[in-house]
Amino acid sequence: MSNTVAVASHPEPDNNYWTAGYGLKSWLLTTDHKRIAILYLIMISVFFVIGGLFAVLIRLELLTPAGDLVSSDTYNKLFTLHGLVMIFFFLIPSIPAVMGNFLIPIMIGARDLAFPRINLLSWYVFAIGGMTTFAVVLFGGVDTGWTFYTPYSSTYSKTAVGLTAIGVFITGFSSILTGLNFVVTIHKMRAPGLTWFRLPLFVWAHYATSLIMLIGTPVVAITILLVFLERVFGVGIFDPALGGDPVLFQHLFWFYSHPAVYIMILPSMGVISEVVACFSRKRIFGYGFVAFSSLAIAVLGFLIWGHHMFTSGQSILAGMVFSILTMLVAIPSAVKVFNWTATMYKGSISFETPMIYVFGFLGLFTVGGLTGLFLGALGLDVHVHDTYFVVAHFHYIMVGGAIMGYLAALHFWWPKITGKLYSEAWAKLSAIIIFIGFNLTFFPQFLVGYLGMPRRYHVYPDEFQIFHILSTAGASILAIGYAFPAFYLIWSLFRGEAAPANPWNAKGLEWTVPSPPPKHNFDTIPVVKEEAYDYSRLEEEVV
Amino acid sequence: MSEGHSGLVAHQFETAEQQKETVNLGMWAFLITEVMMFGALFSAYGFYRAQYPAAFAAGSDHLNYFMGAFNTAVLICSSLTMALGVQAAQQGKRKGIILFLLLTILLGGIFLGVKVLEYADKYEHHLMPGINFSVDSPFAAQIELFYCFYFAMTGLHALHMIVGIAILGTLVVLSYRRRFSANYYNPVEMAGLYWHFVDIVWIFLFPFLYLIGRS
Repeated sequence: MSNTVAVASHPEPDNNYWTAGYGLKSWLLTTDHKRIAILYLIMISVFFVIGGLFAVLIRLELLTPAGDLVSSDTYNKLFTLHGLVMIFFFLIPSIPAVMGNFLIPIMIGARDLAFPRINLLSWYVFAIGGMTTFAVVLFGGVDTGWTFYTPYSSTYSKTAVGLTAIGVFITGFSSILTGLNFVVTIHKMRAPGLTWFRLPLFVWAHYATSLIMLIGTPVVAITILLVFLERVFGVGIFDPALGGDPVLFQHLFWFYSHPAVYIMILPSMGVISEVVACFSRKRIFGYGFVAFSSLAIAVLGFLIWGHHMFTSGQSILAGMVFSILTMLVAIPSAVKVFNWTATMYKGSISFETPMIYVFGFLGLFTVGGLTGLFLGALGLDVHVHDTYFVVAHFHYIMVGGAIMGYLAALHFWWPKITGKLYSEAWAKLSAIIIFIGFNLTFFPQFLVGYLGMPRRYHVYPDEFQIFHILSTAGASILAIGYAFPAFYLIWSLFRGEAAPANPWNAKGLEWTVPSPPPKHNFDTIPVVKEEAYDYSRLEEEVV
Repeated sequence: MSEGHSGLVAHQFETAEQQKETVNLGMWAFLITEVMMFGALFSAYGFYRAQYPAAFAAGSDHLNYFMGAFNTAVLICSSLTMALGVQAAQQGKRKGIILFLLLTILLGGIFLGVKVLEYADKYEHHLMPGINFSVDSPFAAQIELFYCFYFAMTGLHALHMIVGIAILGTLVVLSYRRRFSANYYNPVEMAGLYWHFVDIVWIFLFPFLYLIGRS
């Protein structure tokens, strides 16, 4: 890490993807997967800030039991937009569209994704979907919750539901196109010698994720379109007053939206596999199990959507089946956690920033996962359904799991992406602030939820206030923690030391090319002759 | 870098063979997403059909099964001309490609024309949900639901036909400009897959909407 290359010197000037072309046009018309990843990075960072601002307003409102900061209508719009923006415009594209886009071709020894122009198209589709959502905010917002439950969304809501539906519909296609590109790329573009079981687990995780995107997203797209038609033409596809069935909407919605949580968490799990092996200097424990657990999660993820509907009036039998299947998905998740822990056993662990995020992930994902079992249990769920217990569980998986993984990835591959080293001290400090702030924000929500605080209410009984004060205080700390990387990472772009090709001494093809990588990644396509994570051999060479 | 060979192999591929296999898999993956998209509509339709069999059968009765059957025949013929077009492409017969793709476009156009007549007929008989729907029946709401699905499903299918015709038109132009040969005809083959898929969707739509339970 202590590579003392002077700031101004370019080890290989004019040869990397940053310097391959200049001007806005060279970026907006690029088909280079690395540049498209950067375009995605910029856009999702903007959405992350916007979604975060909505969260700030929510937490400020909840500081007091009375609804004094915003009206109840505004509050409804705030939590709806927070959910919409964070799920559809940050979490779903975060790791796949940025890290996956950048890394998968390099990791598998290819010059680009299978369909570079479709890759660029997916970014434009995403941008159009994003602009539509901006328009929604300008037209007064939307108040249905990110779940769009009918008939409220289709008939009664007075807000911009139609436009929102169009925005989500459009964005879905960017997800489909990315997933399609990844599946085909991983099947057909691997370098000679890179067999399926030599692939980095990051690639396996993205393969599983992409399958969910391909199979699930079209279903939610058409469902949202039906809601749109229902609203525009005043027909009753999901409206019980006109012969429709609102529970059918919930089935179709959750058929995608439950697997969608695995779209958000699986790529993070792939990141953890890479980072934990690198900083333990060991081959991942039980490679095959970790690889197949990703596929198992993707497959089981499609069979358990009904656990969102235990109180919706679906049959008891269906509830029981969904409950049992939900328990099954804990198995591959636990396989991963145990295997990462076993990878660290007798490893030479070092505590660089990405590894600190891995520790954060392991603890928080475990808490989030175990409370998921509470919610999957049929009887207990009736008690905590639609309470802050669910909110806390979801944020432990999504913020504690998915975003920790995203930050681990950002810090692990930042030197590769930008060719610059960031300040370890600042990065470690912010990782610790984020961990503390996160727990203070969301742990009290488990307690207040169990005591009966419902989600989506902005007025609540006085005895819950202490929990909300703790949570809001934690959110302030969390916001500071998230602000730090924005500064030291951008600072590193201009003032950071130049990064060597392999700053972490890590395995994987992406570390064999210069940082930042050249335009077409490889001069000659590499031939892979070893297993993934062969750290034992690397150590011998170093010694 | 492989920009050297033939110019028709994109830079990210090593060989023409790899490019062909990759594009092929990409098309099949795309068709899976299409199956899921239509599949959601089919399952919702099936669910309501099971809920309200009498109303849905009454809805079917208002459809003109002769027009539906005629259109089915037209589409099956278009699948034949499409397959002949792909065969001509494999053999590098440029005139064959142009002739059979134009025939396919013509048959697709006939299908859409008949569809327009059917939609106009529904409009005249006040069977357009959300626009002028009114039937005299105790379960009018459920019949309206049937027509919601009729228009959503056939409309989505027709949209796919229009996209398909646009693709085939582009291929005719490219073929006229001698872009394809016996060594490179992948786009024609992929368009064929897409066209056959759209036909198959109709093969399911016709009995589901027009035939089941009609009196």
